[in-house]
Amino acid sequence: MLRYALRRIAGSIPTLLILISVSFFIMRLAPGGPFDQEQTLSHEVRANLDRVYGLDQPITVQYARYLRALSHGDFGPSYKQRDFSVTELIAQGLPVSATLGVSALLLALASGISLGMVAAVRRQTSVDVGITSLVVLGLALPGFVTGPLLALLFGVYLQWLPAGGWEEGAPRYFVLPAITLAVPLAAYVARLTRASALEVFRANFIRTATARGLGWRRVVWSHALRPILLPVVSYIGPAAAFVVTGSLVVETVFGLPGTGRYLVQGAINRDYPLIMGMVIVYGTLVLLLNLITDLVYGWLDPRVRHE
Amino acid sequence: MGGSIRACGMSEAAAESTSTMSDFRRTPSLWSKAAVRLRHNRVAMAAAAVIFVLACVAIMGPLVSPYAVDSLDWDRLAAAPLGPGSHWLGTDRLGRDLFVRTCHGLRISLVISLVSTAISLAIGVTWGAVAGLVGGRTDELMMRFVDILYSLPYLFIVIILTTLFERGSLPVLFCAIGAVGWLTTARIIRGQTLSLARREFIEAARATGLSTPAILLRHIIPNLVGPIVAYAALTIPQMILFESFLSFLGLGVQEPLASLGSLINDGAQEMQSAPWMLLVPAGFLVVLLMSFNLLGDALSDALDPRDDGGPRD
Repeated sequence: MLRYALRRIAGSIPTLLILISVSFFIMRLAPGGPFDQEQTLSHEVRANLDRVYGLDQPITVQYARYLRALSHGDFGPSYKQRDFSVTELIAQGLPVSATLGVSALLLALASGISLGMVAAVRRQTSVDVGITSLVVLGLALPGFVTGPLLALLFGVYLQWLPAGGWEEGAPRYFVLPAITLAVPLAAYVARLTRASALEVFRANFIRTATARGLGWRRVVWSHALRPILLPVVSYIGPAAAFVVTGSLVVETVFGLPGTGRYLVQGAINRDYPLIMGMVIVYGTLVLLLNLITDLVYGWLDPRVRHE
Repeated sequence: MGGSIRACGMSEAAAESTSTMSDFRRTPSLWSKAAVRLRHNRVAMAAAAVIFVLACVAIMGPLVSPYAVDSLDWDRLAAAPLGPGSHWLGTDRLGRDLFVRTCHGLRISLVISLVSTAISLAIGVTWGAVAGLVGGRTDELMMRFVDILYSLPYLFIVIILTTLFERGSLPVLFCAIGAVGWLTTARIIRGQTLSLARREFIEAARATGLSTPAILLRHIIPNLVGPIVAYAALTIPQMILFESFLSFLGLGVQEPLASLGSLINDGAQEMQSAPWMLLVPAGFLVVLLMSFNLLGDALSDALDPRDDGGPRD
């Protein structure tokens, strides 16, 4: 297990390196530079700026310099937000984004698994039809629709929760954003769980357990649940990637100071180090979550052994 | 049963000498079976009807309405739906007719999603089929590339592509959205090709000296049409979503053009004073997405060769 994990981590380093290189060169191929929009700059000032940030060097030299700095954990300075390094910016935003993402993921898993299980146990009843319809609706509700609607309903009309904004250490600012982010995920998890549960319920070992005279509660909890959760677990990796990109919209809608906005801002402003920093952080996160998913999968399913 | 099969075989043998086409008509094809299953699925038929109606509204609406997308009605700024005046769904804060703008948004969403689905299918099917058929080192490299792109947040690729060129140009949007959609297609098609490539008729084709591109075109791709169509139907709503998402962030369609995403963004700014500006485009988007999802699910069920009308939950 440990050896497998270590090998996977070692294997993801070249992937990350390719990711960094591809992003670096694609971005530099794009026309325009970070200082184009500041039209008041005289040629001398621009030349100076380019020299300070090393943009006057050939691109291969810039690439080598970037990698050298990166190996020391230095993401470089932000070109636009002049007094901040990329590390500082990401360190500011990441706790907010991470809290939002983790709470949305947990919420989606908890509600999705329970809804899916209830629908499967009560299959072909009105409960099942109701949950299945909710799932269809939830899958068609993107964050930029749910977000404003929830803010309008609970923030503006009912005034139960803040419609947007953020305050240090006030969890109520996270409630609506987390729900918004969780809705389509929960719907998908519920659908996966339901389909998987129906398949497992038909399996021979479940029939054997029932034939031995166990109550259905016991059968579901101690025999069926683990195999039912397998497809859900393998979905956690993609779900995390979804949360990462989805948080961008949710942060925009609710005005949360997370990292999502850096991506759009950075791309529009050609703030190269900021985008690179975000790509590296997100890429590492996704690779790591995929690894965790595979490890949990191996633990849940004894047929999968990580040799 | 046995008798009828033999009789059937006899008549086919007789027909073969005259025309091979009539053989195809006699045995129920994948398509006719799928069509029957689809027609019995009431939800799917309803979804198809809704999509048809929405497409008609998107095309006809602006022709019927007296207003243009960008004409301003200074007497009725941010007018409520069904209020005085003849703006069916109200106006936005510049007095532009919301019904006409939503219709235009629908058009753009539909066109972009169809074109980018076609693009992503073209890339994905080619990539997946080549990787699956050629195999070996090539396969490994090609799929490794897909894996790496997968680990990038897709939004990042789209953002880079949209900023590579001028913002808001439609061809760039087509390509940018299509460019991220093909990864899953490539994986699915590769898997299907791998299982096809081991079959005898491919081996036979190889033995007769057919080249790899010819095998690909004549034997692999025609056998993949079922999964391709099923997956395409599920890709369309995703593409609609991508496009709206980009336009919502201001990276997609630019003023004075409207897309459902940019309308929702405008509506979200004004939702306290004019909630219909949010509710109208959001409602259209959700209904459109739901219908495509339901139709796509039904299509992939109907085309799934593993499931031959057996018990389904």
